[in-house]
Amino acid sequence: MNILGKRYFFFGLSLIIIIPGLIVLFTGGLPLSIDFTGGSLLEVSFANQSPEPAEIIALYEDANIKDVQVQTSETGSYIIRSEFLENDVRDTVLTTMKENIDEPTVIRFDSVGPSIGEQVTSRGAMAIGVAAVLVVLFIAWSFRGIENAFRYGISAILAMLHDVALIFSITAIGGLFFGWEIDSLFLTALLTVIGFSMQDSIVVFDRIRENANIHRRLEYETLVNHSIIQTLQRSINTQLMTVEFLLLALAMFGGVTLRQFSVVLLVGLMSGTYSSIFVAAPILVVWENKEWKTWFRRKTATA
Amino acid sequence: MIRNVYTRLLVILVILGLALWIDLNDNLIIYNPFNDTRILDKNVTTSLGLDLRGGLQVLLEADLPQDVDVDADSMETARSIMENRTNALGVSENVLQLAGDRRIVGEFPGLDKTDEVLGTIQQTGLLEFVDTGDITFPPGSTIETDFAVSGESTATAEGEEVTTIYHTIMTGKDLTRVQVGQDQLGQYIIQFELTSEGADIFGAHTTANTGKYLTIVLDKQVISSPIINEPITGGEGSISGNFTLESANELVKLLRYGSLPVPLKVVETRIIGPTLGEDSLNRSLIAGLVGMTIVILFMGIYYRLPGITADISILLYAAILFAVFKLIGVTLTLPGIAGIMLSTGSALDANILVFERMKEELRGGKSLKQAFDQAWTRAWPSIRDSNIAALITSGILYWFGSSFGATIVKGFSLTLALGIVISLFSSLYITRTLLALALDWFKPRNLERWFGI
Repeated sequence: MNILGKRYFFFGLSLIIIIPGLIVLFTGGLPLSIDFTGGSLLEVSFANQSPEPAEIIALYEDANIKDVQVQTSETGSYIIRSEFLENDVRDTVLTTMKENIDEPTVIRFDSVGPSIGEQVTSRGAMAIGVAAVLVVLFIAWSFRGIENAFRYGISAILAMLHDVALIFSITAIGGLFFGWEIDSLFLTALLTVIGFSMQDSIVVFDRIRENANIHRRLEYETLVNHSIIQTLQRSINTQLMTVEFLLLALAMFGGVTLRQFSVVLLVGLMSGTYSSIFVAAPILVVWENKEWKTWFRRKTATA
Repeated sequence: MIRNVYTRLLVILVILGLALWIDLNDNLIIYNPFNDTRILDKNVTTSLGLDLRGGLQVLLEADLPQDVDVDADSMETARSIMENRTNALGVSENVLQLAGDRRIVGEFPGLDKTDEVLGTIQQTGLLEFVDTGDITFPPGSTIETDFAVSGESTATAEGEEVTTIYHTIMTGKDLTRVQVGQDQLGQYIIQFELTSEGADIFGAHTTANTGKYLTIVLDKQVISSPIINEPITGGEGSISGNFTLESANELVKLLRYGSLPVPLKVVETRIIGPTLGEDSLNRSLIAGLVGMTIVILFMGIYYRLPGITADISILLYAAILFAVFKLIGVTLTLPGIAGIMLSTGSALDANILVFERMKEELRGGKSLKQAFDQAWTRAWPSIRDSNIAALITSGILYWFGSSFGATIVKGFSLTLALGIVISLFSSLYITRTLLALALDWFKPRNLERWFGI
């Protein structure tokens, strides 16, 4: 099986999925939830009444609260998003709801100050950045016995970025069609995917490391391809397990509001395995052959 | 193969015994056999996060400009004052923790007293003693002081009405004792004692300003504006006014509990209704059972004998992990469960890596013994490196989560890191021992039947 021979096909495949999402992302903006932008989310249900969303919006606007959006969930509760609410304002809102509609039951209430959201975003990005740099250094150190150890670290991170880009892209598209948001659960899914992605790439690289010491005369491309094939069964089985875990997640977060989490995780975990085989390892070969020199020449040069 | 198989088995059984003991009990008690005292008495009840049981989470931040450094001791004092205040409400299992250098996370399970808790917390009261010169203010009026004013508010544009900014002499930080007393005439007074630092400041000020007004301000709101009758130099003094017993007590309470060394504001509030929490908990329990069953079936059917040993070691992994969580008091949250999922995945992955390797060696014509040894030796570097990478990541995320009050990230990374360490023990030690034992007992010959090759 020659997987590496079709590497540009696989690169293309990834881009076909990632690019549209990124276009949506950059034109429509990131669908950030209040966890990152700051604001309030109040989910309530009413025992005896089912008011129109407009009624609730009017009620909020009377209290001079801006940016009000109301969504109804399939369980009949109301998810109301607005600007950051102080706790006494929330009490006022609940009291007016009780007077004008019905006694509300608070299912959840999140209120995040604008500065907090901003800092969480920037520091979160920084944390992931620091972690990535450390992992590159660690892999480079761990692969120091073979040539160009640094490439392995960088390729693993590129594959991870591929997975991150993919789930951002999926979320942006989901945001466009289903009103998905980048919230704290998304963050959890993102972290899980990053973890699996690294693990997958390292397993493939480890096999390359081992083979490089055994078959010293083998051409690099053949060596890498051979290593991929050898770890393929493991990749598939572990992936089955993780997909199975996804079923677990689906059951766990089976509610409508949390379906997004399951889908993002499913796509991300699959992408993690996919990218270790079809992105991380091929990048090593592209780098070894310095193929970018021929990218802008005749097509046959790369095939 | 491995030496000392039975010693290793004994180690595993002892660990399993300990784990089950912790798992199945809420209180760990060991009696001293010679007398009736308890050597160990530890409560190890599983604690569930707010997202699984419902409750209130509040993030408080020092209400000072970003470039002003906040003293760590002051934050700690503020935290313990908050803790005392909320404990006084009779809410059980309150947790107040410092998060980074200018934030405090407060978690209050259950929702019976949400309003009281929020009310108490929001009365974050910064107490100030303000020099108002010849002016006395009626209680309840608002004044501006120069304590912790950001750069903006002092730079008033021309033409605008300039409000007077009074000088703060000291804050509630310097009060050590406040109580209600009576003077010679039977009038209620407030007696107070100051720290030595406070006594110096106060002494100097009252000596220089006898006959002027000293206004006591809580959150920029005047509580009382008494006149300075005489210099107060000993660090002890009293405030007299037309107090009733009730109003004197009220003021004492404000002076006492309002003495936060750092002004705090609520920057984040999360309320999770109890039904939502319970629902999430039930779903994850069912999901865990379903998931485990499928994994166990798959491993057993696909990898046969090794798969079954891996199944046992995954179950032991779960028992040990749960015991460790209970022992060190890890609070289980939804993201924490995601961390467990990821580490369980990596425990499985380690087993799969080894077994795939073993099959490869067997197909290559190696003997069972050789294949067994090679499998672990060869799979080790990849298991080691991938898990170290995961530990690095979870370390960074834990640091980020705890310095930011981002409990989601913290819960995830903590369970992930613990899970990874235990998963390594499970796949490298337990599976290996059990498989060596099984090979010894069954002496399998038919590779197809026993290994699925």
